[in-house]
Amino acid sequence: MPNNSILLSMKHITKTFPGVRALDDVSLDVKPSEIHALVGENGAGKSTLMKVLSGVYPYGTYDGDIFFEGKHCKFSSIRQSEQAGIVIIHQELALSPYLSIAENMFIGDERAKFNIINWDKTREDAITYMKRIGLNENPNTPVNKLGVGKQQMVEIAKALAKHAKLLILDEPTSALNERDSQHLLDILKELRDKSNISSVLISHKLNEVASIADSITILRDGKTIETLDVERKKDAPVSISEERIIKGMVGREITDMFPKRDNPVGDILFEVKDWTVQNPDNPERNKLEGVNINVRSGEVVGLAGLVGAGRTEFAMSVFGRAYGENITGQTYLEGKEVDISTIPKAIANGVAYVPEDRKELGLVLIQNIKENTTIAKLKKIANASVINEHEENIVAEDYCKRLNTKTPTILQKTGNLSGGNQQKVVLSKWLFTDPKVLILDEPTRGIDVGTKHEIYTIINSLAKQGYACILISSEMPEIIGMSDRIYVMSEGKITAELSGETATQEDIMRNILNN
Amino acid sequence: MSGLIEILKKNVRQYMMVIALAVAMIAFGLLTDGIFFRPVNLTNLVLQNSYVLILAVGMLLCTLTGNIDLSVGSMVAFIGALCGVMMVDLQWNPYLAMIIALACGTLIGMWQGFWIAFVNVPPFIATLAGMLVFRGLGQVIMKGQTKAPFPEAFQKISSGYIPDPFGGATVGNVTFHIFTLLIGFVIVGLIIFGEIQKRKKQKKYAFDLLPPGIWLAKVIFIASVLIAFTVVFAIYKGFPNVLILLGVLVVGYQFVASKTVQGRHIYALGGNRKAAELSGVKVKWVMFWIYTNMAILATVAAMVFTARLNSATPKAGQNFEMDAIAACYVGGSAVSGGVGTVIGAVVGGLFIGVLNNGMSIIGVSTDWQQAIKGFVLLAAVAFDLYSKSRSSKGA
Repeated sequence: MPNNSILLSMKHITKTFPGVRALDDVSLDVKPSEIHALVGENGAGKSTLMKVLSGVYPYGTYDGDIFFEGKHCKFSSIRQSEQAGIVIIHQELALSPYLSIAENMFIGDERAKFNIINWDKTREDAITYMKRIGLNENPNTPVNKLGVGKQQMVEIAKALAKHAKLLILDEPTSALNERDSQHLLDILKELRDKSNISSVLISHKLNEVASIADSITILRDGKTIETLDVERKKDAPVSISEERIIKGMVGREITDMFPKRDNPVGDILFEVKDWTVQNPDNPERNKLEGVNINVRSGEVVGLAGLVGAGRTEFAMSVFGRAYGENITGQTYLEGKEVDISTIPKAIANGVAYVPEDRKELGLVLIQNIKENTTIAKLKKIANASVINEHEENIVAEDYCKRLNTKTPTILQKTGNLSGGNQQKVVLSKWLFTDPKVLILDEPTRGIDVGTKHEIYTIINSLAKQGYACILISSEMPEIIGMSDRIYVMSEGKITAELSGETATQEDIMRNILNN
Repeated sequence: MSGLIEILKKNVRQYMMVIALAVAMIAFGLLTDGIFFRPVNLTNLVLQNSYVLILAVGMLLCTLTGNIDLSVGSMVAFIGALCGVMMVDLQWNPYLAMIIALACGTLIGMWQGFWIAFVNVPPFIATLAGMLVFRGLGQVIMKGQTKAPFPEAFQKISSGYIPDPFGGATVGNVTFHIFTLLIGFVIVGLIIFGEIQKRKKQKKYAFDLLPPGIWLAKVIFIASVLIAFTVVFAIYKGFPNVLILLGVLVVGYQFVASKTVQGRHIYALGGNRKAAELSGVKVKWVMFWIYTNMAILATVAAMVFTARLNSATPKAGQNFEMDAIAACYVGGSAVSGGVGTVIGAVVGGLFIGVLNNGMSIIGVSTDWQQAIKGFVLLAAVAFDLYSKSRSSKGA
């Protein structure tokens, strides 16, 4: 039965949780030295499948069989699957921030004799593995001094040190900028070609998937929909289009990823002038310098740039000075200078900030949808500080309906919702504050295609209602597809202002780099 | 039946302590041949535990933020010393002295709140410092002496009972405290009314409803337990003043925590401080007021305790902070913050109090009592974490 041309074979995997069938007869075959993409909407079962594979859900808690290198595997822990050569790299990196690269690489597998660590060998081995993936850093550098991209590379080096034959990467590029993403994908290709290491790549970035994967397995609602083999001839165009993948994922074709908007744009509603912010971690340098931007009512303004350019810092410093020190500059709302120097003042004046990291900054995950929806403006539904629960229920129900949040009741804990639904709750929270200006920071990060489309539609309807929207995004097609105007930010300065209709990815990239 | 088990499973954390409390009380009732349930003992139970319960109410707010206050025991000693100097040495009017004590308590709380909220000293450190500072200052004020006796009016806080304007009614050879009965029945009536209203609302929004039979059983159970206790108190001397004070505090704080903007802000802060801050919650001021409030309640507890002993001693209040913290965690507070209720903390405190009292009656030594309390705390938190990890895996 096991086939030599198959590295990993997961057969008829079914995994049920109380009340939910997370995986229903899913099969996955990965060939030696291939990059196999696993795509699907949030909740399609990708992570569950990988947890079954890596032994997080031990053998016996699921139905079906796993064969790796022809052997029937019965993993009962991550340790066992790693010994077999299957290493998972999670979306949230599992590095210890204050330990060095070398220390992190050999955690749990220390280069030691009689329990005493041989530091020379540790560093030597670390350098060997780092060289294989082209990571030129001092192995003694603490990993918190590295950027996310390099931290990701440390994770890969760590996996190599465990003699991985199959790497599983869960959304490895979601926190990376385009350059780092490309670099990471190049490493995967190199490992495939030179070391015969296969990778399973879980990703929402379909352009990446289309450009790198040798085969693509699509999951939907816990079932395998199809596996597409990508023919890749030299110099020939890729045989699988993004639209083809999307069709498999959502079960229908999304013809217009970025729906059109045709509302008239009004007067300047919100304006930031000469915005300069000192970096609190490095007072010598300004994180932002002399930033001027404005946004009109009914307009979506994009803020493009690389990760670290200062876009989030700009948004947070404007929003009640939630970031930075020694902030100078003025903010104008409807032509008048406005004091939004604390978060409560910003909210009271109609400025809202939907943060980048919804789990850490956007939601109280142990609280339910209702409590999260109203927290930013409880006064609206309270009489003399006493919350009117009747009204609160109505409000929460109403926003769930308007944004199409999928949940059994508004008493569901937000920690139990999928990423897309969590984002809708965060949006509900900010819409409830009756904002005029809505700053959206990476509003679709880690969200599946279908929900992304829904969020774009929501943003459009907000613009139509006269909201002024500032959209921060690292995905260029998103910025270009959604914005009326685009500001390009690079190293804390605005380097260009482009029209959303005519801007191309090349234009934006050029203005980022020509600084 | 399987439905009932399902409901119990779902609400296990909510009902666990209430059930444990009931079981413990019944067990001690049997083990002590009913001595435990004698009116005089139940009254004693309240008096003995009142100050810890008052502290637990304030401590609950601290645990909601994921923190604790270690200084409350020392504050009890310090405020007790202050009361001793004012009322015993200087012979000031007890009411004036109490107001001054409350003002001092508030200032102490603001002092600690300032360091915690605005200088970002971790509460553990700030209150550890407070624990040393106020224990020391208390001893400085007392100069090693014990201050006694206190004026009668002050003692009444702890040793007094509510008056009976109706004079009491004698049936057979038992005299009932009419006013106590009246208060008890009114409260039970209000609870039943509240439960009916709540159920109506839940129906309206199609939330998870208890099956009618179980709901009715729950309401009847609560009502009959409360009536039973009311009758027991009415047979003795009526409700103690402390119980009324405690009742008002518990109801008031439960209301603030569950129904008001301020309460919601505390829970949000405890659940995710950064997200709460970005939602416009003034997290620093919330922390400041929580610790100020803790000190005010510690002052109240200090007065209740001093009045009960009718003396102020430098060693007063030792380990009270630990009892209050234990009450909160036994009562279902999450160590990471954001989860817990005032009622839960009180039930947790009562549970520990019942264990103490029951074990004393059946002659378990205080050494063993201490150890058993420790095991109970460990078991309660471990069970909480276990049931949480199980429910998160199941989802």
